[in-house]
Amino acid sequence: MNNAPEKITVIIKGRSYWADSMGRLRRRKLAMGALAVIAAYLAIVLFIYAAQWTSLDIPILNWGQKIGAEYQPPSRNAIFGTDFLGRSVFRKTLYGARVSITVAFWASIISLAIGVPLGAAAGYFRGFIDDVIVWLYTTLSSIPYILLILAFALVLREKSLNLKWLGVGKVELSGIATVYLAIGLTSWVDICRLIRGEVMKHKERDYILAAQSYGCGSSRIIFRHLIPNVFHLIIISFSLRFVSFIQAEVILSFLGLGEKNNPSWGAMIDAARLDLPKGYWWEMTAATVAIFLISLALNVFGDALRDSLDPKLKVQ
Amino acid sequence: MTAYIIRRLLYTLPIVFGVLLITFVLFNIVSGDVSDQIAGKAASAETIEEIRAEYGWDKPLFLSRDSQFINHLKNSLTFNFGRSWSDRELIIDKIKRGAGPSLCLTVPMFIGTLAISISLAIIVAFLRGTIIDVLSVFICVAMMSIPFLSFILFGQYFLAFKWGMFPVFFWPDLPVYKYVALPALIGIVAGLGGNLRFYRTVMLDELRNDYVRTAFAKGLGTGSVLFRHVLKNAMIPIITQVVLAIPFLFLGSLLLERFFGIPGLGYLMIDAIGARDFQIINAMTFIGAILFVVFNLITDICYSIVDPRVSFE
Repeated sequence: MNNAPEKITVIIKGRSYWADSMGRLRRRKLAMGALAVIAAYLAIVLFIYAAQWTSLDIPILNWGQKIGAEYQPPSRNAIFGTDFLGRSVFRKTLYGARVSITVAFWASIISLAIGVPLGAAAGYFRGFIDDVIVWLYTTLSSIPYILLILAFALVLREKSLNLKWLGVGKVELSGIATVYLAIGLTSWVDICRLIRGEVMKHKERDYILAAQSYGCGSSRIIFRHLIPNVFHLIIISFSLRFVSFIQAEVILSFLGLGEKNNPSWGAMIDAARLDLPKGYWWEMTAATVAIFLISLALNVFGDALRDSLDPKLKVQ
Repeated sequence: MTAYIIRRLLYTLPIVFGVLLITFVLFNIVSGDVSDQIAGKAASAETIEEIRAEYGWDKPLFLSRDSQFINHLKNSLTFNFGRSWSDRELIIDKIKRGAGPSLCLTVPMFIGTLAISISLAIIVAFLRGTIIDVLSVFICVAMMSIPFLSFILFGQYFLAFKWGMFPVFFWPDLPVYKYVALPALIGIVAGLGGNLRFYRTVMLDELRNDYVRTAFAKGLGTGSVLFRHVLKNAMIPIITQVVLAIPFLFLGSLLLERFFGIPGLGYLMIDAIGARDFQIINAMTFIGAILFVVFNLITDICYSIVDPRVSFE
């Protein structure tokens, strides 16, 4: 009995779904270029965190330092020029990646952590549980997204979260935590709806019936059988939502609801708003280019990932 | 039919209740009693008591006939949101006043976006597989990657400030079309990438159908096939998009109104965030959700009238 499946694998020698998709992805030059850009941004962010933890004093990360006169245009000793305090715009742009990527990362984690289990539970159990979860996300999605996110960000700002029941104690919500909580708590609806629909389809398949007849419990079926089979949807949604999280962070920071003490791209645009009419274009341009490059890379890579992972395209 | 409409109406009740519950949790429980913030630093205890009484924060949250929750339901459902903290004006009056300027901006922007992106999408979809198609998809993705704020700031700086083609800022004496032109243009350009890509996919699905081949085989011209046959059939997904976008038109555009000083609802919200005027955000959230629910209802009822296949059961 145990040998049977092994025999079959030896005969077919098939490639797994993931190996197949990754091979397709690797053949796309543009997508690989985009991946390199994403990796570079991640490397910068990890480097900043590493420097912070080891408290190394690396000059290029010291964004608060005055390196020259105020409002210097881009030149050899200040690549992107200087801001109104004579600080390097290049260093601020690098540092801004930390806020944006961190916010987008935690927002994605929160929205997946809420959306995936709820969607799977709703699709698997149906009945009353389904009704409650559908009611919850229909309600949330009937509030215009920008209003919802603003309401959450406004209300959560400068609050402390009581996590005594988790054994953590009180956690003060700083600017950055407010932003990713607000984005994460409001953006799980789409992924939840997607997973619910997909789980409802998969539930009727034979492998779930087999698992049920083996006597697997509901949680085992959901987490070990259903979620791995819809996992490509989670990855696609994650890579495409990441862009919108970065853009949302920029807007919230710009509105003054975000990080206050460290530079972020949104705050740079807010500062540049008054500088632009005076002809100081470089801070605005640096922030725009930084956002543009990561968004473009994520969009291109996300699209390629969707094309490689989506089984429907195999047919064509 | 009547039974269907009534059932559909009843179905919206839990949604409205859910929205009220969310706004209550956000603005009465999480944010809670902010009377000391309204009163300012040098306020006496009596002033704070007065403010607490006005906003009802001295009452119990639930479990009473006069609780905060019951009052929240009552006030929201009668659109009585109280007065703004900063200038003591009734919030509902502020919202009524802001809706006009917001619509002046968003309606032309919306119609422009639809007309331009749908016509371009038909052309791009027809040229599928050619270099023009590949290039335009890439340009769309690139345009989607530029932050909205950059579109606004650079557009305002170059087109209005530097080259003087448009007024830089809202001015009450200007005719509407003059101060709306530039923000609407920026809104159209900023949204073009995403919209064009979406409608291209809709059109591509439509172009694969057999009737398109039949129409070409009959000897019809390209323009006639694309704009008379394909566009008509692609209208169903487009109309769904359009109707569901209408409630957002009332809410105006947060950032465009802020930059161009248009006194609409977006501007009102930015002001409220700056002044931490929670009640205005609460009112706007509720009204936005109600509009969305109502338009959703209208779409469904229209479908059931137009499409005989929709069952009433």
